[in-house]
Amino acid sequence: MNYANLTKIATTALKRNKFRAILTMLGIIIGVGSVIAMLSIGESSKQSIREEMSDMGTNMIFVMPGQQRRGGVMMGNSNTKTLTLKDIEALRKEAKNITEVSPQVSTSGQAVNGNNNWPTTIYGVDAPYLDIRKYELEDGRIFTDKEIKSLAKVCIVGQTVVENVFNDNVDPIGQTIRFGGIPLKVIGVLKEKGENGMGMDQDDMILAPYTSVQRRMLAITHIQSIYASAVSEEQSDAAIEEIETILRRQHKLKEGDDDDFQVRSQAEMVEMVSSVTDMLTLLLGAVAGISLLVGGIGIMNIMFVSVTERTKEIGLRMSVGGRGFDIMMQFLIEAVMLSILGGIIGIIFGTALSYLASFALDMPFVVDTQAVGLSFLVCSVIGIFFGWYPARKAANLDPIDAVRHE
Amino acid sequence: MSKAIIKVSELRKDYHVGEMTVHALRGVDMEIYEGDFAAIMGTSGSGKSTMLNILGCLDKPTYGEYQLDGVNMGTMNKNQLAGLRNNKLGFIFQSYNLLPRTTALENVELPLFYNSKVKTKERKERAMHALEQVGLADRMDHMPNQLSGGQQQRVAIARSLVNDPVVILADEATGNLDTRTSYEIMELFQRLNDNGKTIVFVTHESDIARFMKRNIVFRDGRIQKESAVSDRFNATQLIEALPVDEDYES
Repeated sequence: MNYANLTKIATTALKRNKFRAILTMLGIIIGVGSVIAMLSIGESSKQSIREEMSDMGTNMIFVMPGQQRRGGVMMGNSNTKTLTLKDIEALRKEAKNITEVSPQVSTSGQAVNGNNNWPTTIYGVDAPYLDIRKYELEDGRIFTDKEIKSLAKVCIVGQTVVENVFNDNVDPIGQTIRFGGIPLKVIGVLKEKGENGMGMDQDDMILAPYTSVQRRMLAITHIQSIYASAVSEEQSDAAIEEIETILRRQHKLKEGDDDDFQVRSQAEMVEMVSSVTDMLTLLLGAVAGISLLVGGIGIMNIMFVSVTERTKEIGLRMSVGGRGFDIMMQFLIEAVMLSILGGIIGIIFGTALSYLASFALDMPFVVDTQAVGLSFLVCSVIGIFFGWYPARKAANLDPIDAVRHE
Repeated sequence: MSKAIIKVSELRKDYHVGEMTVHALRGVDMEIYEGDFAAIMGTSGSGKSTMLNILGCLDKPTYGEYQLDGVNMGTMNKNQLAGLRNNKLGFIFQSYNLLPRTTALENVELPLFYNSKVKTKERKERAMHALEQVGLADRMDHMPNQLSGGQQQRVAIARSLVNDPVVILADEATGNLDTRTSYEIMELFQRLNDNGKTIVFVTHESDIARFMKRNIVFRDGRIQKESAVSDRFNATQLIEALPVDEDYES
């Protein structure tokens, strides 16, 4: 008995029961389809988050004030005043693994121009901030040193602010925005950057000299956070260490004291977010995998029905010379064909689903080829595994009883 | 005397049903010769079905020897027996046992599927030829449910012929058919026998047995009587003698 003949017999048997074959495959189709869709959607969302985060600069490092203990009371991050301009100076002078440093102070409020107003956030920063955060100017210029030193009332606005605060056809450059009662002259406009990975609008912002925001709006002398660029992404870790050493010395922390600041790198954040999406993908994939298992059990169920229903056929095949092995292979091939065919349809279905999803969610379309290969393999294994027992049952039938079975 | 195709001696078969042992065959000696056309007769429980199962290599005797075309089947394992059934035997059943939703041609091809020496083209040709022999060449694309009972049995006969067996074993092959159709089937069997086919035909109908050359009557697991048929029926003549049924058009 050759396999070509067996395959032909199995194909004919499936063709004779097209509707049932499709129903049986449905479990596998849905199982494989959802596995592929889940893994692909997971992969593409990971990629899209990675892309957006690298837009923010993968060699970016930021320092936030950390927990501080005052007389045994833990203070919240926002109340801590541990970072100062002296820290910035020290970093600028000493740190070798970072290229640029900028302080950041921020406050929220209404931006007003004429009859328009818009709730936004103003960030007080130094000139290198744009490079560090990968912002670009569309028009105008950046603050000069003189403007920073003189607490100048100037600002650079993001596109969302431009759209909401200025009337159409008005060139924002040279206009004045009132923010927290202080008139700021617009000297530059930022290029549009879009949403970041967390869905935050990165264009809804106003940049002003940190000195102006610090003194004129917040009336503080400390700074809220520090942004820096590592020489390269690979040197992020070295830069973090260097910053920690310098800041600990600056803050006169003794050995054993906790840091009163936190240093984070964008690379770390990317990894963190990736691990979260990986976890989610795995979880969804596992759920989808269970439906694949259910599909496999469906195949076994139908194969049992099929063997019982075709007892007479099996008896006949045996009487005309089919060996037990031939009968077993026939049913096994049928089961494997069902699951592989279901798998192929499922792969197409899942790919189409992830294409639709990437289209709807505006993410890159990624087909997880590993997932495709894996599902294909899993399908074959499921076919053999769940087809084995019914096929064995068919092969062990007694031809005399089987052929007279009614 | 021509060559013995089937030779059984001292054949016994016991079944164990719970505590009891049923002696289905209690020592049978029998020979079927090349070109023979033998009826195995008997009431139910006489052992004729058991005999047929053993002759058909579907079952093994408890004791005794069975030689089929010079091969001793007692020494063979399950797979070898399947090969024997595939090469040397043709089966015909009372209920035709055609595969549903499968064309007549494909039904006839079935035994050749299990013979890896036969290639696709040869398989089709041989199946066509077998259908021609039973006069159904024009129905090769019909499904069983598009054929009458007699035609279905003819397809089954073609299927038993396709592997060119040394002996055809028929089990109540006319049991489900009306008189005229039965006679037509017997006409076909007589023609096949005239052309040299060896046929063993199990039946409990004595008038059907009269179409054959020899009758072997089983009773209680033994051969009760073995006799040549003296006043043998000729199926062709009997069909002509049948009253013409107005409902029936062939």
